Amino acid sequence: MLEVRNLRKIFFQHTPNEKVALDGVDLSLAEGDFVTVIGSNGAGKSTLLNVVAGEFRPEGGTVRIDGVDVTKMPVHRVARWVGRVFQDPMAGTTPHGTIEQNLAMAFARGKTRGLRTGVTKAKREIFREELARLELGLENRLRTDVGLLSGGQRQALSLLMATFSGPKILLLDEHTAALDPARAALVTRLTDESVARHGLTTLMVTHNMHQALSMGNRLIMMHEGRIIYELAGEDKRTATTEDLLQEFSKLKAVSDRTLLA
Amino acid sequence: MLSALDLGLIYGLMALGVYLTFRVLDFPDLTVDGSFTTGAAVTASFIIAGQSPLLATAAGAVAGALAGLVTGVLHTKGKINPLLAGILTQIALYSINLRIMGRANLPLLRTDTLLSGMRDDRVLGTWLSIGVFALIVLAFMLVLDWFLNTDLGLALQATGDNERMIRAQGVSTDTTKILGLSLSNALVALAGGLIAQYQGFADIGMGIGLIVAGLASVIIGQAIIPGRRFIFATLAVVVGSVVYRIVIQLALSAGADPNDMKLISALLVIAALLLPRLGVVRRLKAGRRARLMAAAVRGEARA
Repeated sequence: MLEVRNLRKIFFQHTPNEKVALDGVDLSLAEGDFVTVIGSNGAGKSTLLNVVAGEFRPEGGTVRIDGVDVTKMPVHRVARWVGRVFQDPMAGTTPHGTIEQNLAMAFARGKTRGLRTGVTKAKREIFREELARLELGLENRLRTDVGLLSGGQRQALSLLMATFSGPKILLLDEHTAALDPARAALVTRLTDESVARHGLTTLMVTHNMHQALSMGNRLIMMHEGRIIYELAGEDKRTATTEDLLQEFSKLKAVSDRTLLA
Repeated sequence: MLSALDLGLIYGLMALGVYLTFRVLDFPDLTVDGSFTTGAAVTASFIIAGQSPLLATAAGAVAGALAGLVTGVLHTKGKINPLLAGILTQIALYSINLRIMGRANLPLLRTDTLLSGMRDDRVLGTWLSIGVFALIVLAFMLVLDWFLNTDLGLALQATGDNERMIRAQGVSTDTTKILGLSLSNALVALAGGLIAQYQGFADIGMGIGLIVAGLASVIIGQAIIPGRRFIFATLAVVVGSVVYRIVIQLALSAGADPNDMKLISALLVIAALLLPRLGVVRRLKAGRRARLMAAAVRGEARA
């Protein structure tokens, strides 16, 4: 479903501040794969997601979604196949739009936007049904401005908007990191539910190692723009956070050695 | 005094255009000063060339849309700052408007305009003409409200509210910005064409400082009628435009020098922008919001 080949992304190329963010990343997700991505700051996790989404154009390599080469497509064209939730709970919704207007905008993703009424009776019924699954009572507040909702509610809504129109790929960029533990747990649960319900192929960046292990069927660890460790299937189910920390400390030992050499 | 209401309503069309860019797209578009005159110039030229006044007025609006398109392309494809993109188009339009008119002033005396029938029957500046203009403006308000609630209109609103979000939902914000600027300037130019027919001439200087009048209408209107739902936002803008014209009319009849009008307009906008920040006004607003919230919560409890 998602094919990433030899992806290279370099920021500030040909300047003294040159930074290689992705250094030949290969990754392939089969339909229904749920891959969690961990790694220290600057490892290239978010850059990977942003290149897949079309925010950045890579210096080399290709990204294919369902066989289509999207490497050079702008964000709004890749969005036909991709649903995204950002770290910032404010980023995924428009504050001055109502809940139903926001959902209508997400509902139109991948379709041509013309002069048809955005929120119709039929759509409102769909929205009500979908919102009820969040169990936040939002189904009775369709005409409330999204700006009046809490961060957790807005993130739950963003998640719904990213998933309910059935994207080929779901990209989650630390989407629970800015929430308090209770809200984070809620959004985590909703993520698992909607991924399972729609059978979504998902790529999720997280700093929470527990979350990286408990969610999804595969895990990759990134370091300095490369994928350096992978877990799948049974290995991932049995792995513990200690195992992951062990892998992290190996990296540290290596970089200390190179520093001292 | 009644003619101030006439003018307020016609200028209300321009204010609707300014609302579309300034509030909906969050794009302070200075093209307005130029495109208003372009609308007047094209309309007047067509009428003098013997074309039907309806066609002439429509041509003026189309010319305005093109001006907006230029600003939009400069900003989106050329990555030029919104203010600068608008100013560049506006200043270029000054020369273009002179080219269209051939000279600085085009009188429309003894020509057949959209309003000459009303002028001959002496109904301009009466309650009858106010009613006619009110209906015309109402029609545009309804169309604009309908448009903003279509899939495309929602995308346009989101462009000004959270650009990153709506791009991630598959909308080219370059396209929505260009579309918004074109529609806005079409409305502005339409107002220009109608004002030229109302006052009986097109003048190269008639658009100068008009963006301030547009902003004043939007800001004053929204101070009087809050809320962005349904017809209220656009109604506020038109009411703002009428109030603005009345204030100007009052200032003139109180003996203010017409040359001071731009200064008075600017002061009016500054006052409208600063007054809501005063403690007293803020407390009043907070109280109103609290009551609205309480009402909303009660409504939800019932639902």
